[in-house]
Amino acid sequence: MERINLRQMKIGQKGIIRRVNAGSELGRRIRDMGLIPGKEITVQGRAPLYDPVSLRIMGFTLTLRNNEADHIEVEVS
Amino acid sequence: MNATVVLAGNPNSGKTTLFNELTGGRQHVGNYPGVTVEKKQGTCKTDTGRFEIVDLPGTYSLTAYSLEEVVARDFLVNEKPSMIINIVDASNLERNLYLSVQFMEMGLPVCIALNMMDVAKKRGIEIDIQKLSGLLSIPVVPIVARDGKGKQALMASVAENIGQSRQPLRISYGRDLDAALDEMEALIRPAEFLTRSYDPRWTALKYLENDQQVIDRGYKQDKATAMKLDAVVQRVRTHIAHTLDTHPEGIIADHRYGYVHSVLKQGVIRFFQDENRIQVSDRIDRIVTHRFMGPVIMVAMLMGLYQFTFTFSTIPVAWLESFFGWVSAMAEQALPEGMVRSLLVSGIIDGMGGVLGFVPLIMFMFLGIAFLEDTGYLARMSFMLDRIFRMFGLHGSSVMAFIVSGGIAGGCAVPGVMAARTLKSPKERLATLLTVPFMNCGAKLPVFALLVAAFFAESRAEVMLLITLISWTGALLVAWFLRSTLIRGESTPFVMELPPYRLPTLKGLFIHTFERIIQYVKKAGTVILLISIILWAMMTFPGLDETRTKEFEDRRSTIVSGLSQETADEIMTQKDEKLTKPMLTVKENLLQVDRDQAREALENSVAGRMGAALESITRFAGFDWRTNIALVGGFAAKEVVVSTLGTAYSLGEVDPEETASLSGRLKTAEGWGPLTAFSLILFTIFYSPCFVTVVCIAKETGSWKWAAFSMVFNTCLALLVSTVFYQIGSLVLA
Repeated sequence: MERINLRQMKIGQKGIIRRVNAGSELGRRIRDMGLIPGKEITVQGRAPLYDPVSLRIMGFTLTLRNNEADHIEVEVS
Repeated sequence: MNATVVLAGNPNSGKTTLFNELTGGRQHVGNYPGVTVEKKQGTCKTDTGRFEIVDLPGTYSLTAYSLEEVVARDFLVNEKPSMIINIVDASNLERNLYLSVQFMEMGLPVCIALNMMDVAKKRGIEIDIQKLSGLLSIPVVPIVARDGKGKQALMASVAENIGQSRQPLRISYGRDLDAALDEMEALIRPAEFLTRSYDPRWTALKYLENDQQVIDRGYKQDKATAMKLDAVVQRVRTHIAHTLDTHPEGIIADHRYGYVHSVLKQGVIRFFQDENRIQVSDRIDRIVTHRFMGPVIMVAMLMGLYQFTFTFSTIPVAWLESFFGWVSAMAEQALPEGMVRSLLVSGIIDGMGGVLGFVPLIMFMFLGIAFLEDTGYLARMSFMLDRIFRMFGLHGSSVMAFIVSGGIAGGCAVPGVMAARTLKSPKERLATLLTVPFMNCGAKLPVFALLVAAFFAESRAEVMLLITLISWTGALLVAWFLRSTLIRGESTPFVMELPPYRLPTLKGLFIHTFERIIQYVKKAGTVILLISIILWAMMTFPGLDETRTKEFEDRRSTIVSGLSQETADEIMTQKDEKLTKPMLTVKENLLQVDRDQAREALENSVAGRMGAALESITRFAGFDWRTNIALVGGFAAKEVVVSTLGTAYSLGEVDPEETASLSGRLKTAEGWGPLTAFSLILFTIFYSPCFVTVVCIAKETGSWKWAAFSMVFNTCLALLVSTVFYQIGSLVLA
């Protein structure tokens, strides 16, 4: 088990969120969409210019910019 | 029973579809007071009663960050609806219930409409409705919004549960926060702090969540209590930062989701397959957002939308044109020549034609965009383009507005400005709708075509491409400039759902499109009509005085003197083919007098005088008074630049489609050359949007301030660009 940044995850890789560092509006939006510690996510794909990233959580698909993904730490196997 | 019921839920949960099913055609669209968020209302009649249904904006949560959330929350608090129908996507239960729980925490009456049970079943999700209803102690009714299944049962359940008292839901937020909440509640209750609007514990919770709206309201109402609450929050905040290295907002969201999760785990939901299994939607996405295929498909889709909007709309536009042409002709026949006729034909009828001429464009554009939006493709498009648009302070979704406005030359900024509605983030939206008028709309093209034909005939294609590049670069740079000065601020987070691909319902598409047209005609139409009358007056008054008019009459008499009355009548009434050569010469001479008179009348009009007065400024950009008048006329519609220029050069009103005579005249005219021509091209790209667009900007931003800004700022920018170009060009060429 290893802790990495969501930005560093590869397409198709799974992981469990361990920490969300963002505060204020961004933090609120991230959490409201269910990106909270303990949730499992799978990186689904990236936009043609590698940014934003799309990921799967709780059965739906979510997009984030890379600099937003930086605030999320994920435990991957 | 008569009752007001609101419809609330996540975006993409089928809320609008259910609203259309419940209210049918009996709905009207307006705005929430003071903001540009749309408010839809309608009536639903069933055997159990007559319900007034208000469609709240779709939200994921009830914080105070986005405008939609504030609007939704204020409406619930101020209007106190009898019941909230909370539409919940069964195939996405956990995230959807996160919002439901927030309604319940506010102590509001909620009834869950569990939508898309069919989709959930297909995905191997089984939901125990009885159990869900029992655990949350609120009614839950399964529905399929697409075909209206279950709507009778839903409304029956609503009717049955209205008026029953209920306790606000209490969720445990862990020992630290629960203690703080108790302490704050004990302060709030005796002070009756905001208790008229909110449940005490909810107020306390919002204080912990650092909810600026509630905090501001509290501070205004009772400063002493607000300070005490602040102190508690500060203490807890520091404590949590030390012990848990996090903040209360984080803990609250965790526990709220935790509560939802624990409810679901008690046998409410069962998965027969992995919930994150690859769905059809994901397979489509692999192709549609593929690194190489994605952009190719996107270009094809944009071209398709463009073709659809501007090709199909030409037919109804032509109908409208010939209809208004016919009405004009009727009016011309019925009325004697003079001011009244001129006002009616050139002011009112042309103005009405101007208003309605945009309707087919708006209709097809919204039909196209609604289709892309409802299928879910629009979200993918902004996903793919976000990286580029973000660099200029815009948003991935801005692309739509740019393309429609003429990003592919030949669009129209009126539907373009309206297309900016697809943007949910206010700053990016404002920057988008202020910069889309720089695109090359269909009305600017005749101006470019005229100048290119006259001065750059050998390199037509290259110059047209250059014009497109200049307008894109200019628009993006101005967007960047605005976003780093006047509309400064952090970019709105791109935390966005990619909804599964769905086939839109025809009913939904048509209702959506119809609403837009009604709004355009009602809101913008009257203003546009008024301004077109003002513009007509500016181009007409004060006109020529009697002596000058008499001189022109004398010139006419001289030409026809020596001809019999019969011949003179024949010249005026017969077609050219039937006239002899000398007769044609006479006719041509007469027409020349008409054109000279029109030119002089224009020169003497308010617009003409403005043009002359502005010459002292615009000559640095290479424009004389004739060009200035034409540009003033272009405020009515950009193609009017061509016809007005024709009048100013005594060529009569030049048809924007047939400019050969005018381009020939310009080539030899004094003061004209490639430099002047390109300077005018630059000015046309950047100067004030036509007034229809300006009115739309005012309506879409909700303020005339921004409309005025776009006129003044754009014109100054255009003047700057043209002057710099012309001056440098003159130096280089000299």
